[in-house]
Amino acid sequence: MIRFLIRRFLLGLFVMWFATIVVFSLSRAAGDPRYLFVSEYSTQEQWDEWGVRFGLDRPYPIQYLIWLSRAVRFNFGESIYFNDEPKEIIGERWLATAQLALGAYLFAMIIGVPLGVWSAIARGSALDLIARSVALVGQAMPGFWLGIMLILLFSVQLNLLPTSGIGGWKHYVLPAITLGWFPAAGILRLIRSSMLDTLDSEYVKFARAKGVSSRKIIWKHAFRNSAIVPMTYAGVLLAFFITGAVVTETVFFWPGLGRLSVQAVFNTDFPMLGALVLLFTATFLVVNLAIDMLYRVIDPRIRIN
Amino acid sequence: MTANANARRAAVAGARSEGLVTKTLYVLRRWPLLPIFILLLVTVAATFAPLLARHDPLLGKLFNERIPPVWHAEGSTEFLLGTDPLGRDILSRIIFGAQVSLKLAGAVLAVGTVVGTLVGLIAGWYGGLADEILMRLAELNFAVPFVLVALASAVVFGSSFGLMVILLSIYSWAAFARQIRAETLRLKSADYVALARVAGASVPRMLYRHILPGVVNTVVVLMTLNIGQLILAEAGLSFLGVGIPGPTPAWGSMVADGRDYISENYWIALLPGLAIFFVVYAMNFVGDWLRDRWDPRLRQL
Repeated sequence: MIRFLIRRFLLGLFVMWFATIVVFSLSRAAGDPRYLFVSEYSTQEQWDEWGVRFGLDRPYPIQYLIWLSRAVRFNFGESIYFNDEPKEIIGERWLATAQLALGAYLFAMIIGVPLGVWSAIARGSALDLIARSVALVGQAMPGFWLGIMLILLFSVQLNLLPTSGIGGWKHYVLPAITLGWFPAAGILRLIRSSMLDTLDSEYVKFARAKGVSSRKIIWKHAFRNSAIVPMTYAGVLLAFFITGAVVTETVFFWPGLGRLSVQAVFNTDFPMLGALVLLFTATFLVVNLAIDMLYRVIDPRIRIN
Repeated sequence: MTANANARRAAVAGARSEGLVTKTLYVLRRWPLLPIFILLLVTVAATFAPLLARHDPLLGKLFNERIPPVWHAEGSTEFLLGTDPLGRDILSRIIFGAQVSLKLAGAVLAVGTVVGTLVGLIAGWYGGLADEILMRLAELNFAVPFVLVALASAVVFGSSFGLMVILLSIYSWAAFARQIRAETLRLKSADYVALARVAGASVPRMLYRHILPGVVNTVVVLMTLNIGQLILAEAGLSFLGVGIPGPTPAWGSMVADGRDYISENYWIALLPGLAIFFVVYAMNFVGDWLRDRWDPRLRQL
């Protein structure tokens, strides 16, 4: 366990280091940041002074080290667009994204788990066909288009739900469905294939031979084993939520981190963008590690490897 | 073995089927006819786009803005699927958009498949440090948020077809590398590979003659499963405004064009999105079908 943790920690550091290289290279490839402050009244002296102040007169590797030493102390410089520290703005916005992701996750589980179980039990039936169609449709719909179509149906035509922004529970419905549809399809497929495997296993056959009721077999023996399967999917899911949040929040004008990222990109606000990329990467690494450790606790078979 | 099982299942189903409906349903279940039809349609549209499109996909006409599709009372047969906010024919743009999507997916797949397969073969064959380094590189793709890096690169370097190919190739190779590595590991210990080694075959020869043919099925299945993902990723970036630069018709940016008109002119956003949906659906369906026939071990994907 200790060796596993050390190894993962070192790998995580390597990934974070790579992310800083990407962020720094992109920010420097975008051009000299001094151009953002320069005006017609600026003088050559001011230009040089800024160069010294921001360390821009040094060679790139030195600049990178200066930038990195600040970044590890969560100092990314001032956001060019918001005139504030990125961590302050992120602090205000992260909750909206977390709520959206949670809503999407709940939707995905509510749709994916029961449909997956039912379609495995009633393999080849009409219900199975419907469930598999739901999965295929869910994985083929572009999220942004689904969002717009939901707005068209529920906001414009039926006038039931708000089109955008954040507020009461009604505001969460459409964005959560938009973001949750794709994972719902994924969970459905995973649960279905895992349930089929378990229902075909020796111990379930033995339970059947013993005369255990089929309801008990499905829920106590098979489902309990399949229920941990979506956990392996959690890492993929998180990566998807980060990408999906960018698109979903753009469609619904959701005041979260996804839309903040898009704004940062289009305002060439590299202090903000750098902070966001590193935050997302770190979140991904930490959550994945937590999942892997939890998985080792739940499923002893993995500990052997 | 799979063929046998299929045949047996076919016999059982054949005995059960009574009416024509059941038979048709059976054929439909066995062969993905509808998805194949969709894919053929799109390929034909993309190949013969200049012949099929009745209007210029780039130039709109003044006073032709936002004409509804033909099934509306105000629609005209000249613009079967209506026009967009700049007066361009949506059908023509969807046809040319198919060309853009398929070209991009083809270019990216070519790069992603070759690089991913090579990396997978090398990592699987040599193991050790090479394996460790290459597979950690493949994991980077997942950890660092691709969409933000893609957005930032597009803003920094300016969006273009070439940049999209590069970005999406970086995004796609890792899936190939992981699977091919696993397959290579499995095949490496096969007796015929050991015999080739004893016979003195060189490493490139063993990889090319003995391992590669064993992983070709996996590669093809992964390719079909990946095309849909690529089209979705391209559409997403185009929707955000950093994909294929306008006025080139890309399905994703066409949906974005219609977003502000959704309350009155729904068709502008609906129709290009349907095009994306049908193509990705067909591609995924064929991919699943091929996987079940050729490579059932990948079923977890």
